[in-house]
Amino acid sequence: MMPSAVGMLVGLVLAPLLLGVVNRVKAVFAGRRGQPLLQPYRDIGRLLRKGAVYSPTTTWVFRAGPVVGVAAGVVGLALLPLGGCRALVVFSGDFMLLIYLLGTARFFVVLAALDTGSAFEGMGASREVAFSALAEPALLLAMAALVRATGMRSLSDAMGKVWSDVWLPSMPVAVLVAAALAVVLLAENARIPFDDPNTHLELTMIHEVMVLDHSGPDFGLVLYGSALKGWIFAGLLAGVLVPLRTGSPWLNAGAAVVGIFAVAVGVGVVESSMARLRLVRVPQLLVGAGVMAALAVLLVR
Amino acid sequence: MARVSLAELYNGGAVLLAEVPRLGWEDLRVAVGDEVAAGNRLAALAGRPVGDGIEVLAVLVRPEQGCLAAGRAVVGDRFASLTPGCPQAHWFERELAEGWGIVPEGHPWLKPIRFHRSYRPGHDAWGRADDAPILPSVTDFFRVDGEEVHEVAVGPVHAGVIEPGHFRFSCHGERVMHLEISLGYQHRGVERALVGGPDRRSVHLAETLAGDSSVAHATAFSQLVEGLSGCQAPPRAEIIRAVALELERLANHVGDLGALAGDVGYLPTLSFCGRLRGDILNLTAELCGNRFGRNLVRPGGVAFDLEPERVERLATRLGAAMRDVRGAVGMLFDSSSVMARLEGTGALSAAQAVELGLVGVAARACGLDRDVRAELPSGMYRFAQVPVSTWHTGDVFARAWVRWLEVQRSSQFIQDRLAAMPKGPTRVDCRPLAGGSLAVSLVEGWRGEVCHLAITEPAGRFASYKVVDPSFHNWMGLALALREQQISDFPLCNKSFNLSYCGHDL
Repeated sequence: MMPSAVGMLVGLVLAPLLLGVVNRVKAVFAGRRGQPLLQPYRDIGRLLRKGAVYSPTTTWVFRAGPVVGVAAGVVGLALLPLGGCRALVVFSGDFMLLIYLLGTARFFVVLAALDTGSAFEGMGASREVAFSALAEPALLLAMAALVRATGMRSLSDAMGKVWSDVWLPSMPVAVLVAAALAVVLLAENARIPFDDPNTHLELTMIHEVMVLDHSGPDFGLVLYGSALKGWIFAGLLAGVLVPLRTGSPWLNAGAAVVGIFAVAVGVGVVESSMARLRLVRVPQLLVGAGVMAALAVLLVR
Repeated sequence: MARVSLAELYNGGAVLLAEVPRLGWEDLRVAVGDEVAAGNRLAALAGRPVGDGIEVLAVLVRPEQGCLAAGRAVVGDRFASLTPGCPQAHWFERELAEGWGIVPEGHPWLKPIRFHRSYRPGHDAWGRADDAPILPSVTDFFRVDGEEVHEVAVGPVHAGVIEPGHFRFSCHGERVMHLEISLGYQHRGVERALVGGPDRRSVHLAETLAGDSSVAHATAFSQLVEGLSGCQAPPRAEIIRAVALELERLANHVGDLGALAGDVGYLPTLSFCGRLRGDILNLTAELCGNRFGRNLVRPGGVAFDLEPERVERLATRLGAAMRDVRGAVGMLFDSSSVMARLEGTGALSAAQAVELGLVGVAARACGLDRDVRAELPSGMYRFAQVPVSTWHTGDVFARAWVRWLEVQRSSQFIQDRLAAMPKGPTRVDCRPLAGGSLAVSLVEGWRGEVCHLAITEPAGRFASYKVVDPSFHNWMGLALALREQQISDFPLCNKSFNLSYCGHDL
């Protein structure tokens, strides 16, 4: 119980640091010194101290978006095992809840975007929904493969046996699941090659354009909510990629946290070395991830 | 009908206005149509008040003969539009209609381009009252009707630090059916401010017509004044001008290649080119103390000489910068994820480019060898040629590739010029301007053909001054390039043209 609670707390505290690591990696690749590692914390802190501006056309839905996003992230963290370290809350089928929590958060962000009535935000919302409709099955199938390979019905139990039941007997399944999770991670967190978190070009944005009208504390919550989401996906991927399963939950959790930051470094490397996909090509890559995950399900003996 | 003959004149040279034939409008309309059909292009269509009417002066580029052709005609309040037979006149006719309150009848889409009041009180092409407010972009727009068709309006205020312009997309989902561009937010009335000159302000106005083309516009202005006053800049000055013009091209092309990389999210080239553009701008500062080449080019020559030590320093620093540019741009074109974005995006055909009268990089990327440096060479380009760089695909890749070819050739040109600087003065005094004359001066700026045109009154002052920035020809090209494209590719297409708003709005 104790390591699980600490694990969740670590997620709540360190999630924004992931973004700092990604930005630092990109800066190093570009030959720049880059922003401070703790800049995301400063940004969130600054935004929380500011006032918010609301358009008169918006309703409570617009204000609910960021709150639901953070709430879903916090509950999600409680369900997330850190590698071999069990989650705070474990029950049969908890991975379904995790996936639908993320879906709920997205649903509210999209509603908040549509609530503004802006052409840009509507465009972003339509893209987000179109792409997540393809990313979600990939994630679901990847989870299904894990569950089927380990014979366990909760995420914590499945993650605990990733080394003995997946990597050792059927490595292809583990590789396919990891690849599908990596693609979904990049897509869901609005990273290159799916979306460009740094662009100022509103016509090309997917995620960023949906939150253009949020300001002050609301935008701070949006940033924190995305950071939590990033932590959850990185945690899932690190759980599969770092199959260190010792008797000590502390050691397991530590290895997973190191893995999570390694994933952030990987995201930074990808962003520094390739261009964005043309928007019409995005579904093809997402479907590819879905196919990989489906193959993993079929390959499980 | 008998072929009418137009007056021939040379780039940067002056002719007496009396030698430019004054035709009937119908004859001029046919003559311009014939010229364009023969492969020549419209460089400018300028109006000025004469008595009760407006005298329209047409200037065409005849690339085969290496000269310009001019003709004029007086029109009343209404005249038959050139545009149906000669689409490249469409923007000019809208400009004439807005400025002088005359109506080109049969123009397919007659609406204001800069949203200012007519220069002749009481005359308005749209019958608006003299005191009716004129607001930018308040006008008709194309509408596409139907289920699921929607409009996206972008600007005039943009998310980045760029100039104001309004873009209206008619979309079906992500697909753009039509883009209409509405400018005019930067209209300052520069052409009118130049009338009565040249005076001490004139060259500064020319340098600020489009800030990123300061050298090109200042050179065009200086050539014009030199042509009208019958003097010639010394060879050493011509070389310094050419070096500055090519440095301007280098800096902007390198910056654009970096920005294109940024628009597709390819960070390595973006980061390096941002720095390298600064390095090249600093070379221009080495020439004259200003990174954009202000206060360098002056009628009669240049304001600053280059000592041998600085020539050497320039050559060394340019060589070092080019080594890095080669690396940064090489990564761009070697990266398959970047090429997947550039190739096939925003393609224009050569036929479209000819019809619209595109100039500069946009025209050369469609395979047209339009380059004033080769067609109508002036200054140093009469003695030292730069190969014309073209590519045939007309897409974003072609526009990027032509830029890269030009970067390489311009840097070689600069190195060659710096290696062989003749001795001598760098400036001569200009004599008073010839009265009653017409002069046209064209310079190939980095964006394309910069055209300055002036008519002097008997005392030698500018009676009329006309500026055509390459953006004026090319904005419609961007609108057409977007048809049937993804709306998310607009920023990329826009950057590949990289047109000037203030150069258009004047």
